[in-house]
Amino acid sequence: MWKWLHPYANPEISYHFAGKILPWLTALTIVFLSIGILWALAFAPADYQQGDSFRIFYLHVPAASLSMGIYLGMAIAAFTSMVWQFKLADASAAAMAPVGAVFTAIALITGAAWGKPMWGTWWIWDARLTSELILLFLYLGVIALHSAFEDKNLAGKAAGILTLVGVINLPIIKYSVEWWNTLHQGSTVSKLGKPSMSIEMLWPFLFCFIGFALLVATIICIRFRSEILARNSVRPWVKTLVSTQLALAQHKSMEK
Amino acid sequence: MQFESFNAFLNMGGYGFYVWLSFGVSAALLLALIFSSISGHKQVIKNIAMHQQRTDKLRQARRKNKKSNAHTPTDTNTDTEVAQ
Repeated sequence: MWKWLHPYANPEISYHFAGKILPWLTALTIVFLSIGILWALAFAPADYQQGDSFRIFYLHVPAASLSMGIYLGMAIAAFTSMVWQFKLADASAAAMAPVGAVFTAIALITGAAWGKPMWGTWWIWDARLTSELILLFLYLGVIALHSAFEDKNLAGKAAGILTLVGVINLPIIKYSVEWWNTLHQGSTVSKLGKPSMSIEMLWPFLFCFIGFALLVATIICIRFRSEILARNSVRPWVKTLVSTQLALAQHKSMEK
Repeated sequence: MQFESFNAFLNMGGYGFYVWLSFGVSAALLLALIFSSISGHKQVIKNIAMHQQRTDKLRQARRKNKKSNAHTPTDTNTDTEVAQ
């Protein structure tokens, strides 16, 4: 496996590989997300208790679980970079942080907009909501550290330490609804064996979830490429790539 | 289709404000993220190109400097040469 993985440690190969899968990821994202969102908004049945406000679920749950998933990915990247001095892992961690922050913000905002009609309040300092808010602050801290140093290696190290310390927050978010009495309801989807959700609601949810996961992959792919270029700006392959890109852009503007 | 009319769809059984608030804010945040990621990629390429041009210019100026000042062994500031 290591032999197979080895070429992807080369930034040039990774850059071009990411560029190759990008159009496929984009196309799949558009297909899954448009089907999922349309299904969730117009065709899925309303909940017998929550009515049509339940449609927020199709945004809220994917965003919340992806916000944790991205953090886990970022932590694995930070660990890899720290232990094996693997530079590309830093680039991927830096690419993931802003995406994770946006998904955490979406989870919090859609949660508030769902909480107001269901619980009667936009916000409450209960365990699930507070720990998710801390996740947002962790992301913002990681983003700030990545851009706080001129030296990207140093920045990666500092951000990596914060990322790894913050991992403790993930099980707290995950199990907060079981450990404490919170207003937040328990999980409806991931009860293995007997999901407490009807099949007409589960299908649009799966489309939305996969669609958002693909969207995350697409955006990370774009940002990962920028991070690679920024970190390898003095390498000859980046120089030739940049000059050909510029020549292309000039050619285009000449045609206009 | 769960709704009988377009107005019923917008109304969302009375929860219209909350549902559309959620979907609207999420769409806005995601679009902003997507566009900033794409423009960020272009910006990185532009920055590297600009840096490259600057260093190329500096190198040329230094070379010229060396030729013209070959007989006087005084230090010259290449940066001001470029500025001129």
